[in-house]
Amino acid sequence: MSTAHIGTVRLYVTVFAALLFFTLITVWVAGHDFGWLNTPVALGIAVTKASLVVIFFMGVRYNTPLTKVVVIAGFFWLFILFGLGMMDYVSRPWLGVPGR
Amino acid sequence: MQEARHSYLDAPYGIASWLLTKDHKRIAMLYLISITIFFGIGGLFAAGVRLELMTPEGDLVSSDMYNKLFTLHGVVMIFFFLIPSIPATLGNFLIPIMCGTKDLAFPRINLLSWYLYVAGALLTLGVVAGGGVDTGWTFYTPYSSQSSNTNVTLAAVGVFIAGFSSILTGFNFIVTVHRMRAPGLTWFRLPLFVWAQYATSLVMILGTPVVAITIVLVMAERALHLGIFDPKLGGDPVLMQHLFWFYSHPAVYIMILPGMGVVSELVAAVSRKQIFGYSFVAFSSLAIAILGFLVWGHHLFVSSQSIYAGLVFSIITMLVAVPSAVKTFNWAATMYKGSITWESPTYWVIGFMGLFLIGGLTGLFLAAMGLDIHLTDTYFVVAHFHYIMVGGAIMAFLGGLHFWWPKMTGRMYNESLGKVAAILVFVGFNLTFFPQFVLGYLGMPRRYHAYPAEFQVWNVMSTLGATVLGAGYMLAFSYLVYSLFKGALAPANPWGAKGLEWEIPSPPPTFNFDEDPIVTEPAYNYKPGREVHVG
Amino acid sequence: MANPATPLGSSPGANEPTVHHAVAGHAHGAGGHAQAHHPKLQHHFYSMEQQLEASTLGMWVFLVTEVMFFGGLFMAYIVYRTMYPDAWVGGSHHLNVYLGGLNTAVLICSSLTMVLAVRAAQVGSRNGQIVNLILTILLGTVFLVVKYFEYASKFEHHLVPGPHFDPTLPTAQQLFFSLYFVMTGIHAAHMVVGIVLMAIILVMAWKGQFGPDYYNPVEISGLYWHFVDIVWIFLFPLLYLLGFHGGPGA
Repeated sequence: MSTAHIGTVRLYVTVFAALLFFTLITVWVAGHDFGWLNTPVALGIAVTKASLVVIFFMGVRYNTPLTKVVVIAGFFWLFILFGLGMMDYVSRPWLGVPGR
Repeated sequence: MQEARHSYLDAPYGIASWLLTKDHKRIAMLYLISITIFFGIGGLFAAGVRLELMTPEGDLVSSDMYNKLFTLHGVVMIFFFLIPSIPATLGNFLIPIMCGTKDLAFPRINLLSWYLYVAGALLTLGVVAGGGVDTGWTFYTPYSSQSSNTNVTLAAVGVFIAGFSSILTGFNFIVTVHRMRAPGLTWFRLPLFVWAQYATSLVMILGTPVVAITIVLVMAERALHLGIFDPKLGGDPVLMQHLFWFYSHPAVYIMILPGMGVVSELVAAVSRKQIFGYSFVAFSSLAIAILGFLVWGHHLFVSSQSIYAGLVFSIITMLVAVPSAVKTFNWAATMYKGSITWESPTYWVIGFMGLFLIGGLTGLFLAAMGLDIHLTDTYFVVAHFHYIMVGGAIMAFLGGLHFWWPKMTGRMYNESLGKVAAILVFVGFNLTFFPQFVLGYLGMPRRYHAYPAEFQVWNVMSTLGATVLGAGYMLAFSYLVYSLFKGALAPANPWGAKGLEWEIPSPPPTFNFDEDPIVTEPAYNYKPGREVHVG
Repeated sequence: MANPATPLGSSPGANEPTVHHAVAGHAHGAGGHAQAHHPKLQHHFYSMEQQLEASTLGMWVFLVTEVMFFGGLFMAYIVYRTMYPDAWVGGSHHLNVYLGGLNTAVLICSSLTMVLAVRAAQVGSRNGQIVNLILTILLGTVFLVVKYFEYASKFEHHLVPGPHFDPTLPTAQQLFFSLYFVMTGIHAAHMVVGIVLMAIILVMAWKGQFGPDYYNPVEISGLYWHFVDIVWIFLFPLLYLLGFHGGPGA
């Protein structure tokens, strides 16, 4: 495959170390009460770890633009489900619910 | 029997070669046989419903049995007929040919998708044999997960497997259209049928998994008592409805978009004219697919979803009508000043356009939340969706089946009978379902087998219409099957239409093209002036 | 959805450019391609590159369906966590963060060995493929064994929703545990499919079927494996870490 980009072992081990490092951080943060910050930090770290896996381990950075669009579209669609779905739950106290 | 020509139908020979085929055309035919059987089964359930509804009392069947009749009618028709219909038959057959290639990207997965369909279908037959299921095709909780004592789990597994089949079809089409088009075949030279199938495949990929997980959760609640939707534990049954309709609304676009693709092809062919506003029609397919994911809450207007959410969903639902309207205008504009020939596909297409128009417009009535409060769960809704799914999708499917029948089977069917069937279906359909708009407006609820006596005249009209409709379908089935044995051999291009599929023999050889085509023309490149063709 | 009740031995889409059929010697002389027929080139593709691109795109499209599949579960999680924050924290308290963290580390290691296996195929190292695939399978198995012990402990402590659920706990915690079992259960089922897939790839690697010119199955199986890892990367904080710092809750 002339167009294959072959990552180096060093690159993969570095990403691996970063993933383990972030795991330790997230456990440490969770063990302390930072109030409302705990959740966004945990999610932020999870997103970072997932991004590292997607970009480096899954090789998306070397894939075609189409593949990148596919990856992004998948996660975007999830946000449609979450967003419009939660819109219902969050807004129930606002204008009420038919019949009540 | 006339001599058969050497084509994908007879080489290689033998039943094993069909059951283990990788040829997309053979798989399309396998699907065609399977979905026809299930259309018949779904039709039998419909007949049961319509017979019961001839009299105001619930006197033909018990209410439990009636629940099972309409549930199975819905499950079979939606999951085992409409959703696979055009994609798995016409789509499988035509997409590789329209893309100028030898097969879909993943032929073995294509075959797997058929086997999964069959597995799901057999499980559903098992459900029927085992006493049916009575939750409604929408299987809302907590009835489906806790109270119903019918074969809910088995039906759920059958639908789950059929959904997987659908996903595999969609994923195959997406990769094929992206990666396997012939040289010179840019996106904007593709037939609009391919655009429509592509948009449908996006919906299949993004939506079906959500109903799959919904099914898993309902099964988990029912079988393992993991009460996710159980109100006694604080669970929310409306959450199930959100997850269910997140797929099931886009599912209706899975059912209509391919039909619209067929209509684009047929309109161009019978008018001998380039589709008016090709790129608008192409982008409208994508717009419908995408916007279709943003409107599911209009099924939850009276479910205790918040009014605010209802407002948002209502507005977006109005918007999703726009691309459909764009397409309808463009088809009409294509026919205007076209060289229209009154062949059987023309009848089917014009039937589609009228019925789809009514169905689509009545959707706007239901999109308005204030009006929907009164019309929801009445026969108005039933009439609306049957206008789209039967008047629209099935007429388009039959129109496409007629149009491409010579290509797929190498035989010509009886032209006059083709026209008669289209007229019978059109008349029968309107007689069946237009009275249901009136019934819904007058307040008759859906899923009830007993009703006030003043509704009887409309119900009787509807049942009579259903008989005519059924006769139309059976007529079409008869002459199409007859043509397989006694029909005239078809030429490569009986309609004088433009398209890669018309440049190869009828029926095509196994690998479609003798030489890989190189495409230099836009789609529907009809020249002005009437082409004479030999029928 | 990725694993129907009867595992077929391969996850659809993962193994598609399957190596069981050699296409050499096929009589159809059509097509304008001038390159020699690689034995793994399927007849409807005109080049190995097109085949690899198609299978990679196909696997990603399939993974998008998996994202939406798990997404429904995450949606339920979000809704109920918003409705019952205390029960969520309380339920999470019962989960063992150390076992969960260990499993997270195990999966991260397995992702490393997986990507090294793909790399070994790309550079043509048969030993590299075999060692790393075996390690990946072993790590996956460790994950499942740990999960087994976790589940056993839930049964013991009456944390399984249903008639035997601990009556002293708030009922909303049953929702938490229902989601816990469904989410981790479906994830574990995906792991099982992944391990079976890796075993198949291992056999093919053992037979020397992969090299720099053909490594599609390893790559796309790797994509599946990494995806299953990513799901866990989200499950771990959302299920386990929520109650770790002893916030309010039973």
